Amino acid sequence: MVVPLTHVIGLSAILFAIGTIGALTRRNLVVILMSIELMLNAVNLSFVAFARAWGGVEGHVFVLMVITVAAAEVAVGLGIVISLFRNRDSVDVEDVSLLRW
Amino acid sequence: MSFAAFLFYAFAALALLSSLGMVLNVKNTVAGAMWLVVTMISLAVLYVLLDAYLVAVLQIMVYAGAILVLFLFVVMLLNLRSDAFAAPRSRATKFVGALVGVGALASFLSLLPGALPRVVEVPASFGSYRDVGLTLYRSYVVAFEVASFLLLAAVVGAVVLAKRRLD
Repeated sequence: MVVPLTHVIGLSAILFAIGTIGALTRRNLVVILMSIELMLNAVNLSFVAFARAWGGVEGHVFVLMVITVAAAEVAVGLGIVISLFRNRDSVDVEDVSLLRW
Repeated sequence: MSFAAFLFYAFAALALLSSLGMVLNVKNTVAGAMWLVVTMISLAVLYVLLDAYLVAVLQIMVYAGAILVLFLFVVMLLNLRSDAFAAPRSRATKFVGALVGVGALASFLSLLPGALPRVVEVPASFGSYRDVGLTLYRSYVVAFEVASFLLLAAVVGAVVLAKRRLD
């Protein structure tokens, strides 16, 4: 491996935290979806790093599954965003509080 | 430090900077999406350096190609040129969100020096298309088929959601 495993996993943790902060603090629904993509990518990076460390290729197979789920999630999520924009004329999460207690 | 290690740290820094650019950019949603493309491509470079060749190609094709085009398409369709929102109801959610993110990062990094696996030597064919493909189609063929059903359901769901009005 070209760098110690600790550095790769540390990078993955930092990217995941950046994605978490983005998903929890931003109000634009599209940016929230992009932050969730960033979190999924951080997890993919640690899957790839551990697959390389263990010498098994199953981690790569799991990354393919995560990419599939991410693509499905983006398609449905952006469909919901478009539908909300038509009805509420906004992509602000604070305008989408119908189910909030 | 070898050239590969230099490349790794350079693209790791680029990934961090561009993801920060995406999250902290509150002015322009299109610019945020373009920052995310930079993150995806630098992560693809990191995958190549970690011997995950098929995953790197798919990262560029699916993430930087398909998913980001979908994001840009929706941003431009909704004409979200600026993020001009009304004043927030409370600043508490933002503060709590940032606190949760930093707390998660601190707990991850405090766990990091613990029990990581020992890195083994791998053959040169590790991560090749043949290697991953044989594993995928021999041991995980059921998961592969289920993933294709998931994609079908997502396509149908996206069309239904984007077509009809919610009322």
